[in-house]
Amino acid sequence: MRIKRSTWAIPYGIFLALFVALPLVLIALYAFQDRTGAFTLQNFAKFFNTPEDLHTFIYSIEIALLNTVICLLLGYPAAWILANSELNRSSVTVILFILPMWINMLIRTLATVALFDFLRMPLGEGALIFGMVYNFLPFMIYPIYNTLNKMDGSYAEAAQDLGASPAEVFTKVTLPLSMPGVLSGLLMVFMPTISTFAVAELLTLNKVKLFGTTIQENINNGMWNYGAALALIMLAIIGITSAFTDSDSKRADETGGLI
Amino acid sequence: MKKFFARAYIWLLLILLYAPIVIIAIFSFTEAKVLGNWTGFSLKLYGNLLSGGVSSSLVKAIGNTLSIGVIAAVLSTLLGSIAAIGIFNMKGRMRKAITFLNDVPMLNPDIITGVSLFILFVALGVTQGYVTVVLAHVTFCTPYVVLSVMPKLRQMNPNTYEAALDLGATPWQALRKVIIPQIRPGMISGLILSFTLSIDDFAVTLFTKGNQGLDTLSTYIYADARKGGLTPELRPLMTIIFLVVLALLLIINLRSSRNHRKQQA
Repeated sequence: MRIKRSTWAIPYGIFLALFVALPLVLIALYAFQDRTGAFTLQNFAKFFNTPEDLHTFIYSIEIALLNTVICLLLGYPAAWILANSELNRSSVTVILFILPMWINMLIRTLATVALFDFLRMPLGEGALIFGMVYNFLPFMIYPIYNTLNKMDGSYAEAAQDLGASPAEVFTKVTLPLSMPGVLSGLLMVFMPTISTFAVAELLTLNKVKLFGTTIQENINNGMWNYGAALALIMLAIIGITSAFTDSDSKRADETGGLI
Repeated sequence: MKKFFARAYIWLLLILLYAPIVIIAIFSFTEAKVLGNWTGFSLKLYGNLLSGGVSSSLVKAIGNTLSIGVIAAVLSTLLGSIAAIGIFNMKGRMRKAITFLNDVPMLNPDIITGVSLFILFVALGVTQGYVTVVLAHVTFCTPYVVLSVMPKLRQMNPNTYEAALDLGATPWQALRKVIIPQIRPGMISGLILSFTLSIDDFAVTLFTKGNQGLDTLSTYIYADARKGGLTPELRPLMTIIFLVVLALLLIINLRSSRNHRKQQA
């Protein structure tokens, strides 16, 4: 008798249920429970009644938005140049831009601290913004480069032949066609920025903390239910952000290879 | 002219991206305690690092990072490759569900993965330590193995497996002699990728390492940096890590671009 090969996915199916699905369900459960396990909304009420946490949350969103905008402004031209065969022929340059994505964020952050020390520049909000852009710029460039690179060049040529100026070709053809890449870039920068922890403290000498740190501190201090509620709030923000970007762009990015 | 500006812009960004790590690399060749002071060329920090002239907890952390990386990579590769064969032969709703769950750890921010696993281990009453860190790493590495094995399965002729069975091979022999040789490049890419992800991880490890004093390199560096001022020996160490990761990624990239060319030829 032949064993159906689809049964080979069963061990991993069980693994996923136990280590991916169940933990997320548990976050939701813990968020709505008090220490004794009784149902409560107290954890969420606490969040809205703790000015410090609320402020950290709003500040994290502001920083994430600012970081996303800067990364887009710096990253789009770079992605465009890299994808343009007249301006860039070498695939090594592309790899050089993607590589930092894979270096430990902590090491990259400490390297930024080292750079500021070396230049005798004070750590603080400026360093925080620089460090965030430095950490996340590759995550913006990569998806945009991917869509631009796969784009059929004949559309732009057709527009040109039909009398469009280079500026018009860009705004009316290239830019709209690259939107899936832009959206997934926005997602890949915005979401992780809110959730980073440790990075902000190191770059600002503990003056500034972001929402990820709030979660980590609460979990660390045994406030599991409150920590779970905060994590659930972050998941909600992530859900809302991903709802804005269509799922097609995410798929396109994943099948485009990881590296 | 346009070309000049484009090139200049690209190089400016690259310099910005690499300046911090280059500075660490340069100052790994001097003895000064504080980064930014150049006290002459010296290999002393590298010597200290290699001869074990550093704190024993750092040596332990390096050992843990490497052993966890190897174990997690091997387990993820086995689990992910078998899963990929299964998923590839699945249809309909089950396939959708398992593919969706496979995507979750890749899309979730590290901190959510970390917190959710932490709560899982607390709820199950498991003491957190080496084993939980390995399990956590397998959780976020395996999806990448599945993703790198899948394309190889798609390229395979589905009839070869059936042919092997018809010719009298047991399913086990067919797996070993027909399927595995064809998906091996994907498995190797997945293995290297998993190892890289594992040794690079910080957030998930921090949440699942428990309080028994287990440290990997990332959590050690984190604790060290919070105490204020980095141990000077971490500079050569970061430089070495950077070079190792660089080498591993170049290997993966060259492999995949070579395969591309093979397919096109």
